[in-house]
Amino acid sequence: MTDLTLGRAAGPSLKQRRQRAAFWFLAPMLIALFCVAAWPLLRTIWFSMTDASLSSMYEAEWIGFDNYLSVRTLSSGRVVFRGTLVDPHWWNAVWNTVRFALISVGFETAFGLIVALVMNAEFKGRGLVRAAILIPWAIPTIVSAKMWGWMLNDQFGIINDILLGVGLIDQKIAWTASVDTAMTAVLIVDIWKTTPFMALLILAGLQMVPRDIYEAARLDGVHPVKVFFRITLPLIKPALMVAVIFRMLDALRIFDLVYVLTPNSAATKTMSVISRENMIDFDKFAYGAAQSTLLFAIIAVFVSLYIWLGRVDLSGDSQR
Amino acid sequence: MTRNLPSRIAFYALVAVIVLFAVFPFYYAIVTSFSTGTALFQVSYWPKVFDLANYKAVLGSRNFPRSILNSVFIAGCTVGFALFLAVTASYALARVRFRGRGLLLMTILAVSMFPQIAVLAGLFELVRFLGIFNTPWAMILSYTIFTLPFTVWVLTTFMRDLPVEIEEAAIVDGANPWVIITRVFLPLLWPALVTTGLLAFIGAWNEFLFALTFTSSESMRTVPVAIALLTGASQQEIPWGPILAASVIVTVPLIVLVLIFQRKIVAGLTAGGVKG
Repeated sequence: MTDLTLGRAAGPSLKQRRQRAAFWFLAPMLIALFCVAAWPLLRTIWFSMTDASLSSMYEAEWIGFDNYLSVRTLSSGRVVFRGTLVDPHWWNAVWNTVRFALISVGFETAFGLIVALVMNAEFKGRGLVRAAILIPWAIPTIVSAKMWGWMLNDQFGIINDILLGVGLIDQKIAWTASVDTAMTAVLIVDIWKTTPFMALLILAGLQMVPRDIYEAARLDGVHPVKVFFRITLPLIKPALMVAVIFRMLDALRIFDLVYVLTPNSAATKTMSVISRENMIDFDKFAYGAAQSTLLFAIIAVFVSLYIWLGRVDLSGDSQR
Repeated sequence: MTRNLPSRIAFYALVAVIVLFAVFPFYYAIVTSFSTGTALFQVSYWPKVFDLANYKAVLGSRNFPRSILNSVFIAGCTVGFALFLAVTASYALARVRFRGRGLLLMTILAVSMFPQIAVLAGLFELVRFLGIFNTPWAMILSYTIFTLPFTVWVLTTFMRDLPVEIEEAAIVDGANPWVIITRVFLPLLWPALVTTGLLAFIGAWNEFLFALTFTSSESMRTVPVAIALLTGASQQEIPWGPILAASVIVTVPLIVLVLIFQRKIVAGLTAGGVKG
């Protein structure tokens, strides 16, 4: 950008001077982002094609795609497949992550819509509701995990106490420890914590719908349910799509909640958890790097598909 | 709002349920954190005892106060760093027309959607290479990946909406871009800076994956890692009282800040996504 202006003897125009300044203003940020995002990502992908371990990062040798999939034919003629793509633990983690993402985002969207519709109505105490729903959002994930871990405790937890009290269960459930309920526990906490965020994003979309439309619909005697599905929902669809994509990306990379609430449970281990476990705890650094590269690829494909199918306008340019 | 009584009652019941669900878990954590001994293990919906022993245990421990200091230092530096880089960059992105601006904005947004695990291996190498493993600088460096794109994105949307006239007047007066940013825009940007700074602070304060991976000694842990790895006298016994007391200590300041700035925070949260 700069060399465009150098050849001019009369000195650069205002526009060129501004563009040159813009370049220098952008450069530090771009360098910082390159150092913490682009470069580490490339190194991760590179490591995923080596046999690096934590202790011997620099003596690592290139082994191509063996961490992903390798096929060897033994002398007996038996064909042996190895690598992440034939690792049942990996596919279990993929299934856990996808299941978690779909269910949690589904519930969060539904509940978020309800909360947003409530907050969009005018009533006494609206400020109180907004203050209240900001609390789960403000609480650190680790704290939520511990708090709910205590409430879901099998012996002393209040959830079992309540459910026993109203007769929904007849014996105490080990929510976080049992294989059958661990995922439910994670889902409950995540939905509790992130519904507010969803509600606020949807509410911002709702508030851009002109009030006259509702007024007109009311005068014409249209049923409120029909108003919601025919008017409100189509109008807030762009905001809803953006909110869903943001949440979906967050859900697909979930780590902290699962790690703290249900440690070492095969029923909840997600892709992020299993990658880090291999990378750091099991000293299979390169293998973990391959898994995290796969997660990155899955998310990248998902985002492109979603943007392409939904024609989501993330940049907001069409509005201006 | 419908006017007949039954639906009004139903509506307020729904409001009550929402508020109860949102507030109860934290309320219950506070109630539990004040009870010790056998009282801790009896479910009680109302505060019955008021015992500060858990708080004394946590604040008197060797490492937890240190963790709080670590977190404050790391989050503070991260915010300062991100805001400094973001103000100038978002001026360029919001105010100067150049080729590839839309693409650049999309790239920045894409970085904020990165799964953090995807850069973990590469960052781990970088952190060890720079010799900052197990120091606060490892976190300050790595948190840039989520605070910087976010602050740039939000500040750009804020700056776009400022009137053109003031900038034109400054240009006519012969001000260069640096003067325009520091003298003209910065005073107008304070509300946006407070909001984005606060959101970035909360993000850095709550981060877990990098803090867990890039620290090895107890004295270097940040607050979330310290809480997650808090253990009792024996392996089997989980010290619920101190854990919940520590949780309350690190959460109350956040909640107070969020409630004070709630209007600005809601505006900042939604500025990123819903403009389109």
